Amino acid sequence: MIDIVHVKKSFHGVQVLGDVNLRIKRGQATVIIGRSGCGKSVLLKHIIGLLRPDSGEINIDGHDITSFSKRELFELRKRFGMLFQGAALFDSMSVGENVGLGLREHTDLTDVEIAAKVRQRLKEVGLPGIEEKRVAELSGGMKKRVGLARALAMDPDFVLFDEPTTGLDPIMADTINELICALNRKTSETIIVVTHDIVSAYKIGDHIAMLYEGQIIFNGTPEETKHTENPIVRQFITGSSEGPIQAL
Amino acid sequence: MADDVFILGRRCLNALEHFGEAMMLLARIFRAFPMIVRSFRLIFNQMMEIGIRSLPLVFITSVFTGAVTAWQAEYQMKEYVPMIFLGTGVSKAVFIELGPALTALVVAGRVGSSIAAELGTMQVTEQIDALETLAIDPVRFLALPRFVAGLIMLPILVIFADFFAMAGAVVVATQLLSITTATFWEGVKIFFHVLDVMAGLVKAVAFGGIIAFMGCYFGFTTRGGAEGVGKSTIKAVVFSSVLILITDYLIATLLFRV
Ligand SMILES: Nc1ncnc2c1ncn2[C@@H]1O[C@H](COP(=O)(O)OP(=O)(O)OP(=O)(O)O)[C@@H](O)[C@H]1O
Ligand SMILES: [Mg+2]
Repeated sequence: MIDIVHVKKSFHGVQVLGDVNLRIKRGQATVIIGRSGCGKSVLLKHIIGLLRPDSGEINIDGHDITSFSKRELFELRKRFGMLFQGAALFDSMSVGENVGLGLREHTDLTDVEIAAKVRQRLKEVGLPGIEEKRVAELSGGMKKRVGLARALAMDPDFVLFDEPTTGLDPIMADTINELICALNRKTSETIIVVTHDIVSAYKIGDHIAMLYEGQIIFNGTPEETKHTENPIVRQFITGSSEGPIQAL
Repeated sequence: MADDVFILGRRCLNALEHFGEAMMLLARIFRAFPMIVRSFRLIFNQMMEIGIRSLPLVFITSVFTGAVTAWQAEYQMKEYVPMIFLGTGVSKAVFIELGPALTALVVAGRVGSSIAAELGTMQVTEQIDALETLAIDPVRFLALPRFVAGLIMLPILVIFADFFAMAGAVVVATQLLSITTATFWEGVKIFFHVLDVMAGLVKAVAFGGIIAFMGCYFGFTTRGGAEGVGKSTIKAVVFSSVLILITDYLIATLLFRV
């Protein structure tokens, strides 16, 4: 279980997270929506310990990771997988090396076993047989999917996806959504997805949470989200420029 | 006036903060040393990158250094000093000073900048963060191999540089200055001390550490996109060059006491 309690974070005096409270139960998929620049990526980086909050707690299975040492964080991260918004693939390595790096560093698997796992992961994201390609040769959407394969390579308990379907064509986007749902159903991983795509949000999410002005202002099931009276959420999900959120 | 004092104070604090951060990185690199065995492949790759690929540059630099040293020494010595001492002067200068210092400076330009640019780019494109999320310590994975490779390869490059420089000097002395090969080598041998060569290699180890460490430090602390990467690259080269010259002096005063 991930339990975020009163998390605050400012950069150079500008507050990004005001008072974030969010609880994600084991095996559930939560989608975080919110406007561009509202701090969704920052929130994800807090959950995996890349950023430390100015105050507040981030409890993972009952342990407050904000007081973890570097070593404890590295131990914990073996149970995490993360897809970055910009994929953040290692461009000095091939695609296969990217996906297999965690396995190579943390397991005793042989090269052959690692290669087999890498092949399987790449097939799942619709990119079979591109192990030998260099990262620079990939399109934006392909990078995203390789990033996804890398995040899943270690069979993590918790997966954080920062905009997994942005930049993909609608068919591929749906395929990736299916993959994420399957993760959730088959292996009951705890999933957090940041997305701007409302269709994906309804499809993937057990819960949908909205981050607005540094706080989680709404957290409900997709059904509740569709019928909410909250004017901010309504405006966001209908994608209207009219309403309480000022577009400019 | 008060403003100036304030700005100066803040500059000093900034410098102190950088120094502290750098020392912390150095401590983390040393703490990662027990992982050397596991990182052998990474170290090997960096040894190729830092060492073998620098050889052509080191070759050119040292051949001409040796050549010009012989030429200038002859110019200064003729009519005062017997030519047998040409070999002595050239070899001392090359082994103690020119070999290590010039090699380090050109390698700082080539390798220090490339380490800073590579790690800096990884920093601004979140690749370093990505390593962390894979539970891989960037210090162990990126800094340690480069640092160790620097320590090992610089002395090796200096040994090559010494050879190349002496070769350059011999060619100039025998072909252009009408000194016989025998006279030249006789001069090299009369006052040859192993300590001279060893001192050069000790310096080289320190220089190798400085070059790799400065590259890693400025790479890891890069902020702000492509512009930031450019700035880090410059800083890595400038700081390592200056530190090389200062360290050179310090080691000389320690090893050559009168
Ligand atoms: N390392 C940092 N240093 C300073 N400011 C930062 C840093 N990271 C993020 N910010 C700021 O925090 C705010 C939130 O950024 P964040 O990347 O979380 O937005 P986001 O919700 O993910 O937006 P998008 O949907 O466009 O990705 C932005 O105003 C950004 O400028
Ligand atoms: Mg974002």
